[in-house]
Amino acid sequence: MFAAGTPVRVKDAWPEASGPVHIRTPHYVRGVVGEVVRHLGDFPNPEDLAFARPAESRPLYHVRFRKGAIWPEAKPDDELLIEIFEHWLERP
Amino acid sequence: MNILETDGERLLVAVRTLLERKGIVSTAEVMERMAITDAASPGQGARMVARAWVDPKYRDLMLEDGAKAAEALGIPMRGMPPLGVLENTAEVHNLVVCTLCSCYPRAVLGYPPFWYKSAAFRARAIRDPRELLASEWKTVVPDTIKLRVVDSTADYRWMVLPMRPPGTDGWDEARLTAIVREGDMIGVTVPAV
Repeated sequence: MFAAGTPVRVKDAWPEASGPVHIRTPHYVRGVVGEVVRHLGDFPNPEDLAFARPAESRPLYHVRFRKGAIWPEAKPDDELLIEIFEHWLERP
Repeated sequence: MNILETDGERLLVAVRTLLERKGIVSTAEVMERMAITDAASPGQGARMVARAWVDPKYRDLMLEDGAKAAEALGIPMRGMPPLGVLENTAEVHNLVVCTLCSCYPRAVLGYPPFWYKSAAFRARAIRDPRELLASEWKTVVPDTIKLRVVDSTADYRWMVLPMRPPGTDGWDEARLTAIVREGDMIGVTVPAV
């Protein structure tokens, strides 16, 4: 579990390159470092649910990213707030 | 039988009949869900916003648990995804988008506007939200205010609690409800009088 305020990096993984998947982690944020805002609850893993496979509950977090960390032309202090499952997050 | 060549209405009747015969869903439950879906509209979310503007305790509940706050006003939330509410302040303006599909807080805002699902809105909202709001809605977010884009990617649905506009002192809840528009609760516009 990640506490609020913990820096996290979204895994730079591209499982869609190797077969059919259902992923709720946007492309533009993969490999980017953000910060956990809060734990939103635990929800069945959509990557299994979408294929009618048994889906275990996974922690879901609200993660904040500085806009400037993704797009250099953005106003650096603007931010993105995204729901990301724990298995997509790692310590930077 | 090729499902793609099946008449849609006949297929619907067949599926509903099977669900009922197997005891999975009753006709009464389907009718109840249809009534709830029909009743969902931006007017429901507007009632929540107006209540939050006049009742600080309700505002706190709304920011803590949007679904509980909706239910407190009689809006049915059973079987709906959790509802999160993000507050606009003098420091931050929130804009809701779903870049992966079209997640939208339907229980409290009804069907999304047609443009919400468009690839253009989704791409521009995430990449250049200030330009998007200014050019399409004449909503200019001052440089001193942080713009927070909320990408609704998973199990929650998100709505915006806008700021109460000046010039509304002493207004009652019904009058306040009437000025809150759909776009105010997504963050593409702000309430004005």
